[in-house]
Parts: sequence; C-alpha cells; structure tokens
Amino acid sequence: MLSVNLAIIIPFLAAVIVPFLYAKVSRKHIGWFVLIVPVVLFVALAGYIPSVAQGENYLNTVKWIPSLNIHFTTYLDGLSLIFGLLITGIGSLVIIYSIYYMSSEESLNHFYVYLLLFMGAMLGVVFSDNLMVFYAFWELTSISSFLLIAFWYHRKRSRYGAKKALLTTVTGGIAMLTSFIMIYVMTGTMSVREIITAIDPNHMLFVPAMLLLLLGAFTKSAQFPFHIWLPDAMEAPTPVSAYLHSATMVKAGIYLVARFTPVFGSHETWFWIVSSVGIVTLFWGSFSAVRQTDLKALLAYSTISQLGLIMSLFGIGSAALSMGTGEETVIYTQATFAALFHLVNHSTFKGALFMVIGIVNHGAGTRDIRRLGGLMGLMPISFTIALIGSFSMAGLPPFNGFLSKEMFFEAIVNVSQAGIFSLNVSKIIFPVIAWIASVFTFIYCMIIVFKTFLGPYQREKLDHEAHEAPIGMLISPIILAVLIVAIFFFPNVLGDYLLRPAMASILPSIGVEGMVQPISAWHGFNPALFMTIGVIAVGTLLYLSFKRWKRIYSLLPEKWTLDNLYNNSLLFMEKGSNRITSFYMTGYLRSYSIYIFLFFIIALGGTMLFTGAFSFDMTGDASIGVYEAVLVIIMMAAALAIPFAKSRVNAVLLNGALGYSMALSFVVFRAPDLALTQLVVETVSTALFLLCFYFLPEWKKENAPRRTKRNNLIISIAVGAIFVFVALSVRSGKLFETISGYFEDAYELTGGKNIVNAILGDFRAFDTMLEVVVLTIGGLGVYTLIKLKTTKEEQKLEDQ
Amino acid sequence: MKINDVILQTVTKIAVFIILTMAVYLFITGHNSPGGGFIGGLVLASALVLLFLAFDTETIMKRIPLDFKMVAALGAFIAVATGVASLFFDIPFLSQAYSYFNLPIFGETGLATVTVFELGVALAVVGVVVTIILSISEDV
Repeated sequence: MLSVNLAIIIPFLAAVIVPFLYAKVSRKHIGWFVLIVPVVLFVALAGYIPSVAQGENYLNTVKWIPSLNIHFTTYLDGLSLIFGLLITGIGSLVIIYSIYYMSSEESLNHFYVYLLLFMGAMLGVVFSDNLMVFYAFWELTSISSFLLIAFWYHRKRSRYGAKKALLTTVTGGIAMLTSFIMIYVMTGTMSVREIITAIDPNHMLFVPAMLLLLLGAFTKSAQFPFHIWLPDAMEAPTPVSAYLHSATMVKAGIYLVARFTPVFGSHETWFWIVSSVGIVTLFWGSFSAVRQTDLKALLAYSTISQLGLIMSLFGIGSAALSMGTGEETVIYTQATFAALFHLVNHSTFKGALFMVIGIVNHGAGTRDIRRLGGLMGLMPISFTIALIGSFSMAGLPPFNGFLSKEMFFEAIVNVSQAGIFSLNVSKIIFPVIAWIASVFTFIYCMIIVFKTFLGPYQREKLDHEAHEAPIGMLISPIILAVLIVAIFFFPNVLGDYLLRPAMASILPSIGVEGMVQPISAWHGFNPALFMTIGVIAVGTLLYLSFKRWKRIYSLLPEKWTLDNLYNNSLLFMEKGSNRITSFYMTGYLRSYSIYIFLFFIIALGGTMLFTGAFSFDMTGDASIGVYEAVLVIIMMAAALAIPFAKSRVNAVLLNGALGYSMALSFVVFRAPDLALTQLVVETVSTALFLLCFYFLPEWKKENAPRRTKRNNLIISIAVGAIFVFVALSVRSGKLFETISGYFEDAYELTGGKNIVNAILGDFRAFDTMLEVVVLTIGGLGVYTLIKLKTTKEEQKLEDQ
Repeated sequence: MKINDVILQTVTKIAVFIILTMAVYLFITGHNSPGGGFIGGLVLASALVLLFLAFDTETIMKRIPLDFKMVAALGAFIAVATGVASLFFDIPFLSQAYSYFNLPIFGETGLATVTVFELGVALAVVGVVVTIILSISEDV
C-alpha cells in the first residue's frame, strides 16, 4: 500500500501545479483549489483513526537506495497520526483564512507554493521512519519556513527574521544529523522502530548522540536559549504565523522528542535535560510575554512558553520507561498523556488567537496594545473568539486548556513526591517555577483580551475606524473556538481515539491499559486545583497592579539579551571572515592557482611521502609503441611551447594541439568515448575562445621579477612531478580488489554493449544525475551573474 | 562595420546539418557504441555554436526561439524524473529497464529506459552550454 507515502508527495505535486493553475484561474480563487489538498489529506488520515485506536500500525516501504539502507519508509501510528491530523486540519483552516486575509495583489502563487511545500515537508517529518529521509524533510521545513517568513522580502525585518530562523534551525538540524549518524554507527539501522530495540544505552556514543539530537529538537521548538528566533519569525504574514506556531514547524522539535523517547528516554540525562529545559523555557517565555506591547510578539513568547510546558511534560513522562510497571509509573504515563493533550489543545487555542490577532490588525490597522482598546462593541465575534482562546490558554474552565493545565500541575506535583533520580533538590523548585510561570501566563492571557477589547476606544490613535472582519475570515477561528469548548465537554473522545494510541507509541514497553484514567473536569480538591485557584487570585491581583511592578523588566541591562549576543556574534563572524577573505582574495587568477597548486603539493605529495605510497613497479608495463611515442613528443613540445608563445593565437592553437593529441592518444588506447568527448569539448572551447577573442585586451608580455618566475617554475615542476609519480605508483599499489569483474556482465544487466555508457546511465546513474543538476545550476549561476544587475530602484525596495 | 562571411556562412549552412545528424546518431547509438547523452548534447551544442559564430546571435535566436535556460531545466527535470519514476514500480531509485522489440524496418531492436535518462542529460548539456555562450556573448 502506498497511501501514506502518497500523502506526503501530494502537497509537493500540488505545489508544482499551482503556478500553472495561477496563470489560468483568477487570482482570487487560487486558494480554493489549494484548499482541496489538505482537506482530502485530512479526510484520508481521519479514516485511519478507528484502526489505529485498535492498536494497528501501518508501515510502507518504497526502496530508494538499498545499498545505503535508505528507504522511503513511512510509519503511521498513534503519534504520527495526531501530528498528521494537526498539520492537515489546521492547514485547511489556515488556507481558508488566508484566502480572505491575503490581498490579491500579493504574489499569491508563491505564497501557496511555499505553504504546500511546507505542509508536505511537515508530513514527511512526522511519517518518515528512515532517519535520512526524516532529516531531508526536517531541513526542508526549515527552508520552506524561511521562504514563508521572508514572504515580504522587501522588508528588512522580514529578511532578518527569516535568516535568524534558518540559521538557528539549520544549526540544530546539522547537530541532529550528526546524532543520526552516531545512532547508525551504534545500531546499524536507519529505521526508528528498529533502533528502539537495537540501541545499547551503555554504548560510548549513546549520550553524545542524545545531546546532539536534543540540540536539534530544542532549536526547532524554540526552547531556551534558542527561542530568540521565534519572535522575529513574526514578520511573516499572519496565516503563516498561525500555521507555523499552532500546528507545525515549532512542534517538529516536540515530535522529535516524543518519537525518540523510546530510544533515549530510559536514561537519566534525558529526563533531566528535557524536563528542566522545558521548565526554564516555560518560565522565561511567559515572563517575557508580559512585557510585550505588540500582540503578535506577545503570542510568540506565549508559544515559546507553552512549548516549554509540553517539553517538560515529555521529559517527566520519559521516567516511566525506567520504572517498570509499578504504582509510580502511572504518574509518569499521566505526564506523557497530558503532554499530548496539551499539544492538541495548544494547536486549537493558539491557532484561534493568531487568527483573531490577524483580524484585529486587519480591522483596526495596528497590533500595538497601547493603541488598541474598546474593540468589544465593534468586533463582537472576534472578541468572543479571543476570550475563548485566551481563557483556554490561561487554563480556565470551561475550556480545554483547563483540563491539560490541571494535568500538568498534577504531574509536576506528583513527580516531586515520587523521589525519582534523587529528585530531592528539585522537590520544591519544579512546582514553584511551574506555578510562577502559570501566573505570568494568566497575566498575558488577560492582557490579550482586556487590553485589546475593553477599556477606552482610542479612535485618534488608529488610522481608520475599526470594523469587524468579513465572515470568511471568521470561519476558521470560529471552528477552532467551537473545538476548544467541545474538547472540554467531551475530552475522552479525543483521549480514547487519539491520545491513547499516541501514548502507546511513545511508551511502547508499558501497557497503556489501566495506566490512564479518563479525563474529567472535576477531579476533587487536590493540590492541582488549589494551584489553579492561587494562579487566578494572584494573577488577577498582579494584572491590576501591572503598572506598579513593570519596572522589574528594566532591571536587566538593555545589552544583556540573547538577541544582542546573536547579532554581535553574527557581526563578528562577518567582519572576521571578511578580513580573512580579503587577505587571500587578491583578484589575480595567478594567486589562486598558486594556492591551489601549493595545497595540492603539500596535501597529496606530503601524504604520499609520509605514508610511503611512492613505489614503482615497472615489470608489468607494456612496451611503448611508435604512435604513443610520437604523440607524447608532440604533446610535450606543445606544452613546453605555450609559455613561450609570442601571440595569443599561437597560445590558443598550441593549447588546441595539446588537446587534440590527447584525444588521439585516447584513440590509440581504444577509448573511443573519451576521445569523442575530448574532441568535442576541445572544439567547443576553442570556438568559445574565438568568439570572445575579438574583445580580449591586448596581449602584453609580463615582466615579472625573476624570483616570481623561479617560484612559479618550481611549483609547476612539482605539480607535474607529483602527477607523474601518482600515475606510476597507481600500478604497483593495489589496496582493493579490482571491480572490473562486475562490469563484465554489463550487457546482461543493462542491455548495452557500450560499457562506458552502461556505467554512466545504469550503474552510476546517480552520479550522472547529480552532475546534470550541478551543471544546470552552474549554467543558471553564470546567467544570473552576468545578466541580473540590481537597479537602484530595487536597491531602495530592499532597504525598507 | 559589416563583415562579409560568405564562405563561412555557406559552409555552415551545410555543415550544421551534418553535425546535427551526427549528434542524433551519437545520441541514439550511445548505449551500444561510443556516444550517449553527454556527447550527443555537446555535439548538438557545437552545431549551435557554429551557427552563432557564422551568423549573429540575434538572427539565430529569432529562428530558434527557445529559452535555453528552460531547456537546461527541462533536461535536469527529465533526468531526475526517470529516477523517481522507478519508485512507482517498487524498485530502487534510478533503476533502468530494457527489452527487445521487433520493429518494422529496424528489425530486432533493443529499447532501454536509459535513453530517456540520457535525453535529460543531453538537453541539460545543450541548455547550459548555449545559455553560457549566449550570456557571455551578449554581455560584451
């Protein structure tokens, strides 16, 4: 069955079709066509829910590069299904929203192509079972989100944000790739499922691999201290922000942690790092969110903090793997369950909130809370949605965020009582930090609703009269708001059909049966409920007195931010590399050749001398015939004559003579393919030279100092000598068995009598394919370098 | 100043057809004797270069209204697509197939999917070479 593999490919195919469709269909309707893709995929994936809830998993393999263990393998289980549904479900809503949000003057075809690429890449990430394929899709999400964030590329801030996001996530991605290679070394398999059983926790590489993997997850999911890219990514159009934040990009890191919990989770280090980084992020995100005045920036920090919450829950939940099936394990499985639950809830309320912020921005013309206020009467529907979304985020009933927030408190209180991994130190610290962070969460949630929609309406600060959004823009947030309430009243539908199977795939060694109690809104008077009541009381108090204590934010010096660190290190690297580059980039082709040749002499000649690879064995050599001798003499004469040529034509002709004799010698040695290629290349390059001959400057005899000449002579003789020695040594040193026997069956295997062609087209076709691609890119590079020169007007646009 | 290249132009008019025929021959025969996509493409490009040399580029581009950047891109696309196509038959990426057919006139002939792949290579080579030559010659 190919269906899940196909589901990944469909968005990419659609992305290819969009530009063609764009030319045919009117601009306004393009979004409706794009909408078909996620809706169809969502329905198709939803069809898997019943069987996955029964514990079924689907594995599809399409062979790709079997010799390297790389296959396009997809794995559909509870965990990947949840993510798949979020990506396609929220994706559909975002597209509906974007149809009304994006003005038809924007380059909508680019927008939807990027969005579809991103969707496909995300689906690829969550469904891939093969590490290398996973990595490829992972980086593709970074690249496509880069394109999305920089969608308004004429703005400086957009470019800055996009670059920051790309640099951060790709750095993490490379760390993750290193980790994957280590895992492959340890287990000998690229399949995530097989790694779970094959990994050995006592291996030397186990901890390094884990740390590098987490680096990848933390950068992607904007965990402290890598969170700095997320607020700047806000420069993207709002539908993109809604998509990146609520359903996808940043959750990829969460997915990575969840997916690899069975692999690394039983280790103490994993528990500590994941849970503490999560807690710190939770706190720092919510603390920073309160001081923001831009609604979108506020939501960005709130995303950071909520992701920290989910991350810490996954960290706590991982402890279950090392506990066996005792009484205490229940606590930890609950934490994992809460993490998944909050993941879904976060997608619903964060998606709704982002869309509402977009509507406010659209309707009132600003996102600055200092200029907003009193919009309740003007935008009643948006107000209701914002209220539902923020209260859910603050963890208030009757909204879904309340349920998962309670479970979070419960997990964090229980974990400090269980006394696992000598937890005595943090017995108090974890719950306290979590509680303080929740207070701040409560405050910023109130800011979102009340500062925007209540208070005085400041008409004079707005560019135009505020108005409610068109109904089309409201469809998506309304659906999400309904979901928020529906999940509160029927949480166990979600729990039984989606969360439980997902949990089974995160904690495969533990029977899920009986480990998870049904979710209930009323769970008795316990510490969690008291904590919530405390949050509401203290939060309200602090919200009302915000003006008095907001000075604490100016306590930290302005310069001491991670943002500054990032900017300065980037500046430092730019300056440093500039200095190094200008040191060796002299502008003379001559110097570059000297560098290359010197490197060649030292690296190759040195290595061969050091390892004693120069050894000559002339016994098996064939005798030299008359033709060969004549050709060699001609070539030598031509080569020696070039430096002494008096005019350019002579030099060109001598060079041609050298090339053609080379082709002739290929003929003598019966290599017709090489001879043909050499002949044609020689002809084309000579012709090219003739073409631009007319325009070349006059040939001047250079009067280089004697010393330079001598050095050049030494270098060229050394290069020539090394080449000859290498050629001669090749005969005697055979490290490997010859593979020529393999090609003897070329005719049977490929049906081609020309073995060179069989190698190029069949045996090593991958090389040929990549060469063609490189050649094309090179050609386009030459074209752009020569053709496209920035005009002044474009330069002006760039600096906005 | 108008340069009169009567001899070059007359020779070119005939030579180009010979070169093109040669290119096609080299391309088709590639699997069994010297030739193939790369060489075929290069020879074809050399025919175009000869045309550009003998006549000026504008005249030729008016007669052959092809965007050679697109030709290169199409070639690269075909080469990659043949690789992807094999995935749909559940065989590894870039696997090629061949078989023998009894065609009229030609008799027993071997046809291989590798020819499609080679076509991609040839188009990419032609596209890139001509793109580079055109952009250099128009720049000066």
